[in-house]
Amino acid sequence: MTRPLSAGMEISPLHKGPVTQIDLVKYSGASGDFNPIHTVESFAIAAGLGGVIAHGMLTMAYVGQMLTDFAGMDADLVDFRVRFRAMVRPGDTIVCRGVVTEMREDDSGLLATLQVSAETQRQETVVKGTAMLRYL
Amino acid sequence: MDKSIVGVWSRPVANVVEQGAVRKFADAIGDPNRLYRDEEYARGTRFGRLIAPPTFCRTFDFGIIEGLTIAQEGLIHGEQSFHFERPVYVGEELWCSECLTDTYTRSGGSGAMTFLIFAQKGETKDGELVFTTRANVIQKEGAGA
Repeated sequence: MTRPLSAGMEISPLHKGPVTQIDLVKYSGASGDFNPIHTVESFAIAAGLGGVIAHGMLTMAYVGQMLTDFAGMDADLVDFRVRFRAMVRPGDTIVCRGVVTEMREDDSGLLATLQVSAETQRQETVVKGTAMLRYL
Repeated sequence: MDKSIVGVWSRPVANVVEQGAVRKFADAIGDPNRLYRDEEYARGTRFGRLIAPPTFCRTFDFGIIEGLTIAQEGLIHGEQSFHFERPVYVGEELWCSECLTDTYTRSGGSGAMTFLIFAQKGETKDGELVFTTRANVIQKEGAGA
């Protein structure tokens, strides 16, 4: 293990955005998720959403980036789970955060469990979950 | 929802992890990580090759669950999880399939909601499990009908 990890330690937050409509078009194309609620304003309004909303998976990808940045070459991401709690809209900025909640060892190595989240500039938590990193 | 469909896996579909698709995905999520796009750099790391971002796995073709029809409108993605046995390598072929593992209806203040729990997996041709995912999708009553 190359860095001293311990429960309670906060990892470097990742700042993303502001999310643009172009970001949503790009993510639709790159992911194959063409649900028009993410790209077609009139459709999203008719669906009662008040305008296009970001893909939950885009926000999850941001949190994933924070985790893989933190893992670097030292660890692999083995488990990553989130709950989508609120909508992200164009113009929103996102801060991803993580804190180590447990360190333990098993046959495969040292495992770090983290609590992760993403929140908007409105201090609204949009994604909340957990992750596990295996140190090599 | 016809419950008999629960537990039926789609026929696995071969997905080649394409270098351009991985780079475009990494661009779309704004992740500059060189492991996703710089082949020479990646070769010098412990991975020895380019890899895909973790959530890229959701973009694979997981095949069709015979008899399952769900309107896309009105669906809410409630939860998502990934479990990895190892990273996904660019250039490899993964056989991907999915299954509705559970479905149930709950009544709430704003009407009934149907929960759909999907499991997905990706394996090599030799049957080595690489990743599994789980998605919790919610359909509100009346939506998408």
